[in-house]
Amino acid sequence: MRGAVSLPAPIAQFPWRVVIPLTMLVAFGAAVLHSAAGGSFSPYAGSHLLRFGVFLIVALVMSYFPEDWARFVAIPGYIAILLLLMAVEAVGQLGGGSQRWLELGFIRLQPSELMKPGIVLILAAFYHSLPVGMIGSWRALLVPAGLLAVPMGLVLLQPDLGTSLAIAFGGVVVMFLAGIPQKWFIGGGLAAVCAAPLAYFFGLQPYQQQRVLTFLDPASDPQGSGYHIIQSKIAIGSGGLSGKGFGEGSQSQLNYLPEPHTDFVFATMAEEWGLIGGLFVLLVFGIVLRWGLLTARDAKTRFSRLLAGGMTATIFFYVAVNLMMVMGLAPVVGIPLPFMSHGGSSMMTNMLCVGALMMVERWNRQSTSAGL
Amino acid sequence: MDRKLTSNSLKQTFDRRSFVVGSIQGGIGLLLAARMGYIAVAENEKYEMEAESNRVNLTLIPPRRGWILDRNGSPLASNRADFRVDIIPERLENADATVELLGDLLEFSEPEKADLRDRLEESRGFAAVPVANGLDYEKFAAVSVRIPELPGVIPQRGYSRFYPTGASVGHLIGYVGTPSREEYDEDPKPLLLTPGFKLGKDGIEKQFEQQLRGEPGARRVEVTASGRIVRDLETREDVQGNAVQLTIDGPLQDYAARRIGLESGSVVVMDCETGELLCMASMPSFDPNSFSDGIGRVEFAMLRDNDRVPLRNKTLKGLYPPGSTVKPMHAMAFMHEGVSPDEAIMCNGGRRIGNRFFNCWSNHGRVDMAKAVYQSCDSYFYHFAQQVGFDKVARFAHQFGLGEEFDLPVASQFYGTVPDPEWKLEKYGSEWQPYDTVNASIGQGYYLASPLQLAVMSARIATGFAVTPSLIKPDTAPKFASMNYRPDEIAYIRQAMSDVVNGPGTAGRARLPLEDVLLAGKTGTAQVVSLSVSDGRSGPWRYRDHGLFVFFAPFDKPRYAGAVVIEHGGGSGAAYPVARDVMTFLLDPQKGLEALHALEEQWGGTAQERLDRQYQAYASAAGVDLPPAPPPVTLSEQVDAEARAAYSGPEQADSTVFSPRDEANPRAEDTTT
Repeated sequence: MRGAVSLPAPIAQFPWRVVIPLTMLVAFGAAVLHSAAGGSFSPYAGSHLLRFGVFLIVALVMSYFPEDWARFVAIPGYIAILLLLMAVEAVGQLGGGSQRWLELGFIRLQPSELMKPGIVLILAAFYHSLPVGMIGSWRALLVPAGLLAVPMGLVLLQPDLGTSLAIAFGGVVVMFLAGIPQKWFIGGGLAAVCAAPLAYFFGLQPYQQQRVLTFLDPASDPQGSGYHIIQSKIAIGSGGLSGKGFGEGSQSQLNYLPEPHTDFVFATMAEEWGLIGGLFVLLVFGIVLRWGLLTARDAKTRFSRLLAGGMTATIFFYVAVNLMMVMGLAPVVGIPLPFMSHGGSSMMTNMLCVGALMMVERWNRQSTSAGL
Repeated sequence: MDRKLTSNSLKQTFDRRSFVVGSIQGGIGLLLAARMGYIAVAENEKYEMEAESNRVNLTLIPPRRGWILDRNGSPLASNRADFRVDIIPERLENADATVELLGDLLEFSEPEKADLRDRLEESRGFAAVPVANGLDYEKFAAVSVRIPELPGVIPQRGYSRFYPTGASVGHLIGYVGTPSREEYDEDPKPLLLTPGFKLGKDGIEKQFEQQLRGEPGARRVEVTASGRIVRDLETREDVQGNAVQLTIDGPLQDYAARRIGLESGSVVVMDCETGELLCMASMPSFDPNSFSDGIGRVEFAMLRDNDRVPLRNKTLKGLYPPGSTVKPMHAMAFMHEGVSPDEAIMCNGGRRIGNRFFNCWSNHGRVDMAKAVYQSCDSYFYHFAQQVGFDKVARFAHQFGLGEEFDLPVASQFYGTVPDPEWKLEKYGSEWQPYDTVNASIGQGYYLASPLQLAVMSARIATGFAVTPSLIKPDTAPKFASMNYRPDEIAYIRQAMSDVVNGPGTAGRARLPLEDVLLAGKTGTAQVVSLSVSDGRSGPWRYRDHGLFVFFAPFDKPRYAGAVVIEHGGGSGAAYPVARDVMTFLLDPQKGLEALHALEEQWGGTAQERLDRQYQAYASAAGVDLPPAPPPVTLSEQVDAEARAAYSGPEQADSTVFSPRDEANPRAEDTTT
């Protein structure tokens, strides 16, 4: 806590290390969305900034919650989100079609998004309460596996492969960090390799199978599903080192790039800002994720450690999968880029993760000062 | 590893594993940065090009076609600016809905919609199908604003081919149309796929395609992914094709075509000194303006069902027994083979050749060569053809251009038949008989010639030079070889042919209504069926005799020569008034027009007006239940095939003896009209 001595406590304790880079990234994202809307703040850039403002306040408020509250809320929260997921399924069945959200009148809520931080929270709480000696037991594996499988199944029914993978990733990272024996991960990895072909042929919808095929060879269907990847690579590649200039990207301005404001916002950005813009975005994500991991390592309790680690992993999963997708390294799965893509659900989820991390950072500071 | 787990060892595990997770995250971050650097820097050039080819759309602008000019530089074919709509079939999403909507916007009738559907079905997908052209601005704008709902429909400003004299030049000039797959395979240029581009399908338009075509312009535009044009980047103007100047005299061509009137026939007029063809009219004809837009089913059915074959160019592909029109040429042959013009025979209404008696159309008494020509005495030609031998006469016929093809820029010309013993043996495997000589000596039997050949024959008789016809205006006047006839031989035949018209001959009504110019000519009546079927003048149209007339003028210093053939005109009386009026128009247009206007009033309008009316009547009678029209490219070939079959001659050797009909004799008829 050197250097903070001269500053008043509220300012010194304010999480500048994350809010400044995040604000820069969101502002940059707003600029890209402004361009994607053909040079206009509406409909994307304005609401993007507004949502960031609202959810930043939510996150800051959240950061003042004590650790007890967080642990207390884990189980009821998890159950509540599960009920919402079932409600989505029920409404979808009644409506005669699949859907992913609940219309609540004032907000269109996507419960599967809430489950991403929710699963991290419940697993962190579970391992915290699990007696230390039992970490090598079957219970340490099977209970979390069950907690993970139920929401994953519900989300897969929607069907939403991307989100269910995100939930799985957050959960598995928490289990890994919790210290369950390595052999289970190795065994699980081998099982996944064997199960992958089975999952491909029996588990995936035809359109999802097509996406995987297209990822392996985009040129096979340049007008169909390969179109997204090809156009995205053209946008990034034609941007070059410094880009075509703000508002000058032909791929996004002339509608060659699909979804230029959501999933492929990075390609929109890269076309106009080039490699320099891309490295800036990667750097900001690097700063935020490093801050998240450092917060986790500094954490004093097992619960807060796992919570922070899991939240960081969830953000990381979004970033990595989205960027690999737009650069042609992963199949097209509908996962937006945090803090840049236009969309309320993604902003909410990611800001909840950031809020949880700020909360853990505050606990760390309190325990440090209390300990001194 | 510690056997005993403590909360401290779990913390160590956490630190270790979080380090692994962090390393993996950092690794993936570096991988992404490297990947992006590779795409954006190493492969930048490739992707920049692809972005450019996305953004920029190059469209070819069909070049304006070169004009086709007549000998005086007036256009026989020009271009008219217009608004047009085309469809690219492979870009259609819902063909039926598009046709419905488009048909409503353009106020199409049901048969027109059916036509469009057929043409779309038969199209090859990649080539533009013309929907409409010559649109007014309102309809064009109505289609243009609905373009987002009509994928594959292309409205554009362009030029369409315009033939000012319409049907008069149909066979000669041909028409243009959208390229077919075969034409594209032969000449695979992107221009051929450009909507609005047309190439020559027949006649001069086809023969001079490369010269007329020109260089396409190009327009580079920035387009959105859905094809909407954002802005023009740059435009290169097209280069208009070169003009082709013909030897045809446009007004004369139009006059002759209209003068044929209700008949089916052809008129060829050429310049005796240069061989330039001034007129090659063939009627009835089609309107090349409507062919060039893609012919509709009603119009095609109407043309196909017409027994007067409006799709055949009769000047080149109509073959007729030349009848008595070959007599002056045969007379020249006799003279050159040593028969004195004064040598006479007695025509007793016929002549005994060998042991058979062959009829003449009349009893002419004592007949010398001149009388044999102007009175068209058959007996004289029976006798001397037998005496000279028809194999020799046939060689003269070839020398005068019968049975020959000429070096003309036309898709095809039929060369007909000049029968001789060798030919008959080869074709039918039977010996030449005396009655074959008799039939051939008066231009019947196996004899077949086209109007063009008859005109060339007439020019060669008139001048004594081997005049060859030309259709393209030459830079220098050609020199023709002399055919080595003595001036007195030529003068004798000229006088005899003048007497046909101006003396005691068979065509007194052909005399020109001009004081200083005398027309020389020869009538011919070609029999189609034997006398037992029809008398040749009345009864069913297709049994009537063909009327023929060959001519030149002025008779003593020939400048123009030509031939008129009226199919089933009921004898030469149908042909020579046409020749007279055409020559009158050539020498005194005002007088010629007066005659024509009087006639057109009787007939009910000009040829184009009658064609339009015929179309209306046919369309309302036939309704929608007509088979669709074939694509334009096959039209002329279909008709060629029919024509060739019809004129390939009898399957077996014809052993009947020809019995001549009455030649028209004006002395016995009323001389008015």
